Amino acid sequence: MKITFAAALFATVAFVVPAAAEDSVKLIDVIELSGAGATAGTNWKNGVDLAVAEINAKGGILGKKIDIAHYDTQTNPGNTRAAVQRAIDEGTYVVLGPVFSGPIGASMQIAQKAGVPQFVGGEAASLTKQGNPYLFRSSLNQADAMPKLANWFRDDLKAKSVAIVWVNNDFGKGGRDAMIPELQKRGIAVAADIATESGQADFAADAIKVKGSNADAVFVYLNEEESARFLRAAKQQGIDKPLVGETTLLGAKVIELAGDAANGVKGHVGLSVDAPIPGFKTFSDAFQAKYNYKSDHNGIKGYTSVWAIKTATEKNGSFDREALMKTMHGFRISPKDVPGILIETKWNDVGDVDRESFLAEVKDGRQVITKVLPMINP
Amino acid sequence: MDQFLQLLVAGLATGAIYALAAIGFTLVWQTSQTINFAQGEFVMLPAILALAARDLLHLPFWAAAMLATAVFLLLFGVGFKRFLVDPMLKHGVLPLAIATMALSILMKEGAKDGYSAQAAQFPSMVPEGTFSLLGAAVSLRDVAVFVVAIAAIVALQLFVTRTRLGRTMQATAQNPTVARILGVRVERMILLTFLINAGLAVFASYLISPIYLAKFSNGEVIGLSAFIAAIVGGFNQVRGALAGGFIVGLVDNLAAAYVSSGYRTAVPLGLLVVFILFKPEGLLGRREERTV
Amino acid sequence: MIRRLDPNLVVIAIAAPLLWFIPVGFKAYGLYVVSLWLVMAIAAMGLNLTLGYAGLKSLAQAAFVGIGAYTTAILTKNHGVAWPVAFLVSGALSFGVGVVLGFPALRVKFHHLAFVTLAFAMFVFLVARNEEWLTGGVYGFSNIPRPVIFGLDLSRALPFYRFVLVVTVGLSLAMWWLLRSPWGRAFQALRENWMRAASLGVDIRTYTLLAFAIGSAWGGFAGALYAPLVEFIDPAPFAISASFVMLLTVVVGGSGFFLGPFVGAFLSFVLPELLRATGGWYLLVYASVVLILLVFSPTGILGLVERAREHVAQRRAAEMRAAARPMLEGSEAR
Repeated sequence: MKITFAAALFATVAFVVPAAAEDSVKLIDVIELSGAGATAGTNWKNGVDLAVAEINAKGGILGKKIDIAHYDTQTNPGNTRAAVQRAIDEGTYVVLGPVFSGPIGASMQIAQKAGVPQFVGGEAASLTKQGNPYLFRSSLNQADAMPKLANWFRDDLKAKSVAIVWVNNDFGKGGRDAMIPELQKRGIAVAADIATESGQADFAADAIKVKGSNADAVFVYLNEEESARFLRAAKQQGIDKPLVGETTLLGAKVIELAGDAANGVKGHVGLSVDAPIPGFKTFSDAFQAKYNYKSDHNGIKGYTSVWAIKTATEKNGSFDREALMKTMHGFRISPKDVPGILIETKWNDVGDVDRESFLAEVKDGRQVITKVLPMINP
Repeated sequence: MDQFLQLLVAGLATGAIYALAAIGFTLVWQTSQTINFAQGEFVMLPAILALAARDLLHLPFWAAAMLATAVFLLLFGVGFKRFLVDPMLKHGVLPLAIATMALSILMKEGAKDGYSAQAAQFPSMVPEGTFSLLGAAVSLRDVAVFVVAIAAIVALQLFVTRTRLGRTMQATAQNPTVARILGVRVERMILLTFLINAGLAVFASYLISPIYLAKFSNGEVIGLSAFIAAIVGGFNQVRGALAGGFIVGLVDNLAAAYVSSGYRTAVPLGLLVVFILFKPEGLLGRREERTV
Repeated sequence: MIRRLDPNLVVIAIAAPLLWFIPVGFKAYGLYVVSLWLVMAIAAMGLNLTLGYAGLKSLAQAAFVGIGAYTTAILTKNHGVAWPVAFLVSGALSFGVGVVLGFPALRVKFHHLAFVTLAFAMFVFLVARNEEWLTGGVYGFSNIPRPVIFGLDLSRALPFYRFVLVVTVGLSLAMWWLLRSPWGRAFQALRENWMRAASLGVDIRTYTLLAFAIGSAWGGFAGALYAPLVEFIDPAPFAISASFVMLLTVVVGGSGFFLGPFVGAFLSFVLPELLRATGGWYLLVYASVVLILLVFSPTGILGLVERAREHVAQRRAAEMRAAARPMLEGSEAR
């Protein structure tokens, strides 16, 4: 029992944390560095670090250097909650992350209660429906992306039936639930509706089932690594129908892992370093130089989030969290004024972002942009 | 029909991998009553070691794979027995089983922190592509995985039944006390089974990683499947583990295709419970005479 | 005859008021972690009964926490049931399910039992994930209310922590009483040698089921606290890997020791938070500590402590014998 008391004492020391020094502003990034979200989280973290380094090199925010810390959530909602609570106790100005929607759902009330703005990377439609004014996305809402894709199934692929392969977590289920009504509205049948496990390794049976469904096209909505495994299995089992995805399926990591099997994959991407926007090229080169690999969309999300915080804060002229929250609603940042935002971005009154987005295809192991889609409410 | 045929082939390929893991598992169980909860991680790690050796020591891949094999056999064949099983077995089976649970976390986290939290490509040692069989496009790799795994198992079986060393090992596994009376160096034989277990794990690892992609968390599914295979087939028979592996592989694939997809992971476990309750000695196993 | 005061009871009596006051200076995060420690200790206490006292290996304790957490969440949020009622229902439901799960325990032993419970844990996880109409499925169950009890609003971190502490002490005392009752002795007889226990007239069937069911009920109670503590639940914390951690927790603390669950839960749930600052390495540290500990002391930390104490006691006894010898010899000579 003595151990417990000693530990409690230790805990007292560890938990009663000192306030941040005054010459810097503390930003804490609560992020998936392990578990199912490791790929997405690592990219996000590196993007954040890159932006922080650039901003600090130019004198910081309002003359204060950013003091950044990253806490791993293991992609676990309970841990995320604890980490967000800790970040707030330690006086973070803004909570950055996480990327996965489940952990965001578990932790957003804490930031809201404490009145701390939170910049997240999640796509799930439900997040911005809860009336939390402190939550801001860095990527398009699933619900905005799916109609664009459904149009494309109808108009470009002329598909009469589509097989859907989705990952059975909140991200995958949210995408599937948003996609099916959009397809049905356009008279496209759902030939197969296949749920897969998060972290699943063997996709042979799923690929065979997709093949057996004889759909005109396949919509693949999985996390990065599972996407790569599915693409490889699809090739192994001889699927020759178009494989279509949303952002993740065309990510740099997926293409790297899937190798040849990624060629010919098509889809919609919200953010991409390969998009014909000059800012992305600059970012991509800097990222490549610093980390020696190619960033995916999550790197851009983390990077632009930090720049958005800087821009809004400097507009306010102070580190007031509530003022930041108010400024962000309806805020529009153009890369002409702030190169770090990379692409014209607007936040609406519920924290969703609006941007141009892209249709892309994988050719010879590279993502190639085929079409630029306009903003929803320019 | 061709869909069923394709599922069958894929199921047999998966099953062959499970069988490799399950056979090592039963061998170790027979000789030393070790329930190895880290068996899945044993299959995960060699591929990661090979990639780490390639990336960190800048070795060509074949050399990295050989180095990884040697290191793995040393650490998880010999070391596992000497430093974990030997000191713990005298305290009973339960503490050892729980220690292997801790070992599985250690291996997983070690692979994650020491190499990468992300999946990595692993070079394939077997051909890719498809060929046509009875109108179905069958994956060449599935067939190759199946053939290679079966070849390894046949070689093991030949070793056990046709060589003096192998027969001695099997005798030790079946009854260590009598073996000791007959002058067998029991300790050495037990060590041999641990080495074979590690060797089979390396084999399974190199076969499966091109498909699954090398990742620290890969062991979770493989480990559970190997348990189920071992129990369904019969805990004390190599033949049983082989049969169990194929059954679980097939059930996995058929369940994924024909069962409500949200509950498909429950199907192999359901099979497991049915066996435990109604045929606890497994399909081909003998009833245990030893009290555990 | 004056019975010596049970040291476990003494520890509870000293620790409770200390734990009441120590975390006053903690911020919300610190209080959350300490509360989590107590909640998980309750769950581990239940498993300690099943495993440590009755010797039944279960890999489903986290599933029972899940049953309790979902029951409490659904009852208090969707149906407006008062928390104490939801708490009791959570425990009762887990008890009932525990009885049902206990039946295989009558048929099979040892590792096979572990696998049956593992399959059950997987099933609970799948139900929580797939039955969205009931559990919220993959989206989880958010905004679980914290209770108001006797007019006391427990929504802030410190009052809620103290409330958790009160419940923990209550459940600890209940468990302490249970273990000293004839039932508790029967459980231990079951572990030591069930054949002898049977020959001495212990009803094996009933006691096996009871050990399982009561252990599970404690899991359910823990869940009833977990849901309002986190205010959000989804299936992940009740997956089978969590049940593995539960088992490690009990063994590391010292299975069969009354205070073992508290020590184990500290190592499994508080230490990782303390080590969070080390980046991703804390699970590696945790697993290494557990492994080394188990190799040197399979009976866990409290086993280590007891061994040390016995060692001291033996030495003291030896000294006393040595001191007494001249007297004895003297008396012999007479």
